[in-house]
Amino acid sequence: MNSPVQGKSIGASATPIAAPDFGLYNYLVCLKGVLVREGLRFLNQRERFISSLVRPLLWLFIFAAGFRQVLGVSIIPPYKTYVLYEVYITPGLCGMILLFSGMQSSLSMVYDREMGNMRTLLVSPFPRWFLLVSKLLAGVVVSIAQVYVFLAIAWFWDVKAPPVGYLMVLPALFLAGLMLGALGLLLSSLIKQLENFAGVMNFVIFPMYFASPALYPLWRVQESSPLLHKICQLNPFTYAVELIRFAFYGQIEWTSLAVVIGFTAIFLAAAIIAYDPSRGLVIRKQDAGGNG
Amino acid sequence: MRKHVSALALVAGLGFLASPAFAYTVYVSNEKDNTVTILDSATMQVTKTINVGQRPRGITISHDGKFVYLCASDDDTIEVIDTATLQIVDTLPSGPDPELFVLSPDGKTLYVANEDDNLVTVIDIESKGVLAEIPVGVEPEGMGISPDGKTMVNTSETTNMAHFIDTATHEITDNVLVDSRPRFVEFTPDGKEAWVSAEIGGTVSVIDNATREVKHKITFEIPGLRAEAIQPVGVRITADGKKAYVALGPANRVAVIDTATYEVQKYVLVGQRVWQLAFTPDQKTIISTNGVSNDITFIDVATDEPVQSVTVGALPWGVVVSPN
Repeated sequence: MNSPVQGKSIGASATPIAAPDFGLYNYLVCLKGVLVREGLRFLNQRERFISSLVRPLLWLFIFAAGFRQVLGVSIIPPYKTYVLYEVYITPGLCGMILLFSGMQSSLSMVYDREMGNMRTLLVSPFPRWFLLVSKLLAGVVVSIAQVYVFLAIAWFWDVKAPPVGYLMVLPALFLAGLMLGALGLLLSSLIKQLENFAGVMNFVIFPMYFASPALYPLWRVQESSPLLHKICQLNPFTYAVELIRFAFYGQIEWTSLAVVIGFTAIFLAAAIIAYDPSRGLVIRKQDAGGNG
Repeated sequence: MRKHVSALALVAGLGFLASPAFAYTVYVSNEKDNTVTILDSATMQVTKTINVGQRPRGITISHDGKFVYLCASDDDTIEVIDTATLQIVDTLPSGPDPELFVLSPDGKTLYVANEDDNLVTVIDIESKGVLAEIPVGVEPEGMGISPDGKTMVNTSETTNMAHFIDTATHEITDNVLVDSRPRFVEFTPDGKEAWVSAEIGGTVSVIDNATREVKHKITFEIPGLRAEAIQPVGVRITADGKKAYVALGPANRVAVIDTATYEVQKYVLVGQRVWQLAFTPDQKTIISTNGVSNDITFIDVATDEPVQSVTVGALPWGVVVSPN
C-alpha cells in the first residue's frame, strides 16, 4: 500500500498481468511498504503481541510442568540424552506461534477485504502474486520475531539449545512460516466473512496442532493409535515441527525440509490462483477447492 | 598422592589445550547380564562388551590403568581384568558377597564391603592375602578412604552408621550416625570432610573428619517429584574440591552441589535410577550409570549439561574410567 506507482522504472520488468513496466526498485518499495505496514500494525497492537506470546508460554509453564513426569522418557533424534518435557515441546510451540500467526494473517486478510484496506492493496498495479507474496513475507517476518522472543524467555526457563541452533532455526522458521502463511492465504480466499474464522480454529489449527509431534513424539502416538499416526504423517505441520526441532539442535531433517518446501509451493500456487483477479469469486472458490 | 595430583593437573591442562577431550576408556559393570561394557570417552561409543562373573557391581581400576578390579558379588570374589587383553587374569579373595570397595591411595590395598557378612575385608593386592577382617554394622556397603590413606570409612545400610576405621590398626575409631540406609562415602580432596549419602533418608551428611561429627546435612528438592523418589547414592567431588555430584536414584537426576555453601546448584536429568558416578581423569566429564534405563549419561562438568546417553548392558551399576 501507499507504494509510489509513478516511480521510475529501472531494469527489466517481470511479467505481471497487464501491469505497467515496473523495475526491481519499485517492487522493493512495494515490499517495504507492505512489510512496514505489517510491522507497524503488530507493534501498535501490543495486546496481539502479548497474547501471541502468552499462548505458548502457558503451554510451556503450566502444561509442560504438569506433564513433566507423566509422559515417559525416551531418547529420540535429534536428542542425544534425556530431555524434560518442556524441552521437548519447545520446537512444537515455535511451530504453534507460526501456525497461529499464519492463520491470524489470514484473518487479517478477511478483515482487510471487508474493511477496504485490502482493496487499497489489491488495486495497486503490482501483479497480484507479488502483493500476496509480500503480504506473506511480512507475516512471516513478524511471526519469526515472536518466536525469537519466545525462545529468549524459554532460555531463562532452562530450555537451551546449542548457540548454532539459534542461527540454524532461522531458515527453518522461515520455511515453516512460509508454508503455514501460504496455507492461511489460501484459507482466507475461501472465507467470505470474518465470523468464519472460528471454523478455521476448530477445523484447521487445532487438528493440525494436536495431530503432530508438537506435544508428544510420534512413536508414542503410534503405540496408542496406528490410525492417528498415519494422520500425523499426512499433516504438513508435523514436518514443520520436525524441521524446526532438528534445526534447533543444528541438524537438517531432509524429509521434513522437502515436504515443507513442497507444501509451501502447493499452498502458495493455490492461493495465487484463488486470488487471481481475472476469476470471479465463485469460480475462484471452486478453483481453490480443487487445488487446495 | 601428590604425584598423582600433579599428573592429574597436567593431564587436565593438556586436555584443556587439546579439545576435543582426551580419549579414555570407560568400564561399566552391568549387574543383571553379568558383563562389563567398555566405551571410548571421546566418541562415547561402546567398543566392547566382555563376560564376567555373576552380579558384577563395584568396579575400580589400578592407578597405572593396567588392571580393573570388579566385585562379582554372587561369585563371592573379586575379579582382576587385564585392560590390555580384557581377559580375567586373576581373582582376589574378597569374602562373601562383595558389593563395593575402595582402593588405597598408594594402590596396594583394597578395602571390600561384604554385604552379607557384616565385615570389611582388607586385601593386599600383590600377595592376594587377606590382611584383616573388620567387623562393622549390618549390611556394609559404602567405602571411602581419605586422600592420605589413613582413614577408611565404611557405611552400614541397616545400622545407619558411618564407621571410621584407622587403616594402620584396622580398628573402628568412631561411629557416626547418619540417615537411613547410607550407601556411599566420598572424601573431599583436602581430606577434611567425608560425604555420606543416605538412600532412604534422602540426604547427604557432611562429616567433619577432625571432629567426626555431622557438620551439615544436604537435602534435595525437585519440583514435581515425590520426596521418596529422591534417593542419593553415588557421590563424587571434583579434584579442585569445588563441586560435588550426587546421583539421586529413581529421581533420574544428578545433583550438582557447591561444596562451599552446600547448596544444590542444579539437577541434571539423566536416565532412570541413576546409581554411581565417575569422572574422566581430565575432570571434563562425569559419567552416571542409569540402572533401569540400561544406559549411562555423559555430563559436561563445565556446563553441567547432559551431553549424551549411551545404551550399555542390563542394569548398569558401577563405572570407572582409565587414568590414561
